[in-house]
Amino acid sequence: MSLILQPGVLEQVLRHGEQAYPHECCGLLLGAMRGDSARVVSAIRRMRNANTESPRIRFDFDPREHLAAQREAREQGLEIVGFYHSHPDHPARPSPTDLERAAWPGYSYLIVSIVAGSAAATGTANSFELAEDRSRFLPEPIETPAAN
Amino acid sequence: MAVKVYIPTPLRPFTGRQEAVEAEGRDVGEVLENVVRAHPQLRAHLFQPDGQLRSFVNVYRNDEDIRYTGSGQTPVTASDTLSIVPSIAGGSPACRC
Repeated sequence: MSLILQPGVLEQVLRHGEQAYPHECCGLLLGAMRGDSARVVSAIRRMRNANTESPRIRFDFDPREHLAAQREAREQGLEIVGFYHSHPDHPARPSPTDLERAAWPGYSYLIVSIVAGSAAATGTANSFELAEDRSRFLPEPIETPAAN
Repeated sequence: MAVKVYIPTPLRPFTGRQEAVEAEGRDVGEVLENVVRAHPQLRAHLFQPDGQLRSFVNVYRNDEDIRYTGSGQTPVTASDTLSIVPSIAGGSPACRC
């Protein structure tokens, strides 16, 4: 499957990553499924990083905020098609923690790398989906169609 | 009585693409059991082989996490809704080695 980020979405994720630096940021990818071929993201919803112990290298959603966000998305006619988070000063690829703590296959897991507080230094964003047997993350292509 | 259960996006292929299903039951355990009986492919995504909910699966009765209201024995009425919400967490490698 591929991840289609509508204009502005990637920039919003990168901005969140920069603002949260040196902590990890996290949030929801909202949009719609395009059959079995793509997840289309039209908006993001920032989530608070509820990990207070080591927020530079860990993130946790606040479950109650997640429940509320799920409701809001439903009311707006949007689906939660995936999640994003940042890796401050680390590459945009899944860590062992990401694999251990992953939810179900069928979501996009977008990771952005923020180096020295700036996305511009790398501009790296990669997306993954969890293998059906949960053994590993599989890279998926990101498409960023230009605005009309 | 039938209770409405909201289904997260990646599990909807197993419910005929429905965002919510209804199932009978007097408590959360019965409702979820009836949901997975009606949609058998959901079972492995919600439950471990021993029948416990998977560690990252949270279930809410309205606004309450059922872990604090009696887990599967949490009673339900027709006016309640159940939401299935995954725990989402992760992180970077702990060191740059």
